[in-house]
Amino acid sequence: MSIILNNISKQFGDFTALANINLDIPEGELVALLGPSGCGKTTLLRIIAGLEHADRGQVFLKGNEVTDQPVKKRQIGFVFQHYALFRHMTVFDNIAFGLRVKPKKERPNETEIKKKVHALLNLVQLDWLAGRFPEQLSGGQRQRIALARALAVEPSVLLLDEPFGALDASVRKDLRLWLRHLHHELNVTSIFVTHDQEEAMEVASQIVVLNKGHVEQQGSPSDIYDHPANAFVSRFIGHTNVFELGQQDTFWLKNSGLPTPETGKVAHVRPHNIELEKATDEGAQAILKDWQHLGALIRVELHNKDADGGAVTLFAEMPNEQFKALQIDKGDRVAVRIRHAHWFH
Amino acid sequence: MKITAAAQAHKPLSLSDPDGFKYLLITLTLAIIGLFLVLPLATVLTEAFAKGWLTYRDSLTNPDTLAAIRLTLLTALITVPLTTVFGVCAAWAIARFEFSGKNLLLTLIDLPFSVSPVIAGLIYVLVFGAQGWFGDWLSEHDIKIIFAVPGIILATLFVTFPFVARELIPLLQEIGHEEEEAALSLGAGPWKMFFKITLPNIKWGLLYGVLLCNARAMGEFGAVSVVSGHIRGLTNTLPLHVEVTYNEYDFVGSFAGASLLAGLAVVTLVIKTFLEWRQAQDLKAARVASE
Repeated sequence: MSIILNNISKQFGDFTALANINLDIPEGELVALLGPSGCGKTTLLRIIAGLEHADRGQVFLKGNEVTDQPVKKRQIGFVFQHYALFRHMTVFDNIAFGLRVKPKKERPNETEIKKKVHALLNLVQLDWLAGRFPEQLSGGQRQRIALARALAVEPSVLLLDEPFGALDASVRKDLRLWLRHLHHELNVTSIFVTHDQEEAMEVASQIVVLNKGHVEQQGSPSDIYDHPANAFVSRFIGHTNVFELGQQDTFWLKNSGLPTPETGKVAHVRPHNIELEKATDEGAQAILKDWQHLGALIRVELHNKDADGGAVTLFAEMPNEQFKALQIDKGDRVAVRIRHAHWFH
Repeated sequence: MKITAAAQAHKPLSLSDPDGFKYLLITLTLAIIGLFLVLPLATVLTEAFAKGWLTYRDSLTNPDTLAAIRLTLLTALITVPLTTVFGVCAAWAIARFEFSGKNLLLTLIDLPFSVSPVIAGLIYVLVFGAQGWFGDWLSEHDIKIIFAVPGIILATLFVTFPFVARELIPLLQEIGHEEEEAALSLGAGPWKMFFKITLPNIKWGLLYGVLLCNARAMGEFGAVSVVSGHIRGLTNTLPLHVEVTYNEYDFVGSFAGASLLAGLAVVTLVIKTFLEWRQAQDLKAARVASE
């Protein structure tokens, strides 16, 4: 295990930021700490880095306890959301900083530093910017330089705090993929913080879902999507339809051959687990209210009058071709079949 | 069309429009500056040179004046570094840490700005004077503070305390601490972090504070006057020397000393303008960098 957190707790006044966090992060993984804002994910990252100290609990990096060690001894690389490049230094000096502040006997000489900095600049494909100052760079370039600077000290763990948070949508897409590839190349254990579930699914090899200072679930993206541990994770990752189990809902579930629900439970159904066909009988029907083209998928919005006369909205998603074959359009009545549901309290 | 007409009807009310009013205000400002600032400065110079260059030179090189200049320089030399170190420490504590009583500390730092300098001098007389709290103990050990150089330095320290701290607190808050954390994460110790990252970022603001502090240390009259005792050649700083010579109708001597202080003011003003310009540039860079 590369990073082990043992019972980490942290209070800020009356606010519990983290409550008894236990985490094992295996060597070489690219892990996303995912959660809504205020869930404690950044605090946890800063505790691993040593920029913040836990009230209780221990931090182990590569098998060594570092709980009481200052940042400089932990051998971590930290990338900040707003880059935190040294504004009075050139790109070259920024990246060289970590090498130049090493104690005399470990410090490489200037030729070695020059070689290493240019190698890193090539790695992030920005060698031509060596002489520029941070204020002359675009956001995406700054973030890549910040990453190169963090990698210069050959950290055993790379920590990234919302690395794409301050970037434009298009730049963000590119950088996500680039980070994933870079990680394949370097294979250094990395943790990044994000509140964007799509980003976590796209980039990470493992996701840790945090909520209100607790770990809700840890697992691979497909694990978390297909087998959410609880209602929070199911709702937070991807889209989901929540069945409060009115008459109609129960009928649908029964009709779909799914087990009868226990009282007090709700069913979560992913949009792609809902099958539609043109309605033939007068049984459980819904009205196709609207549909949207999402590229490869069509999202269908269904309305259904429940017993009290209120309208319930249901979302189904299916591939383009399948939707065309159904020959249904706005205003049509459709029958609903549910392929799979998750049950939560 | 209607809108255009309405806009035109409004135009004469716009503040920037009537040129006459603009120039009236500018002239008025210039007249006030001329009357109350430039004219006195010119008077200082004419009076100083009233009896020719040689007399001017003599009155600047007589032993009492030289002693006053030396004492002024010595006071600045001791107080400016001390208030600089104190200012950086205080600004760091306030900008980087959260603690209860922070506002109280801020108020205390500002205290010398709001207290009359005469009071500042007086409190030291009350504490260290012959009839003061420590008076007996000090005279037993033959330590002189009041009516001696240490008293002058203490009084100057009091009045110059806030300059550097006040300048740095907003600057440090604006810059934020992410760059410092980045330096730590890259393996720098606290000292390397301060000297390689923090100091370059605040250097213009720091110099600005030091400059103002120095101008005040050299020019302070009230607080120093109370604790000095006006002993010729021993405890007279330059501003005190100006007063003493003036009271003795040595106008050339007095204005010659005043011309030095005026010169200091002009130099301070020029450097201050430069530093303000540099600082504005740095802050602009800081904003661009954190966007």
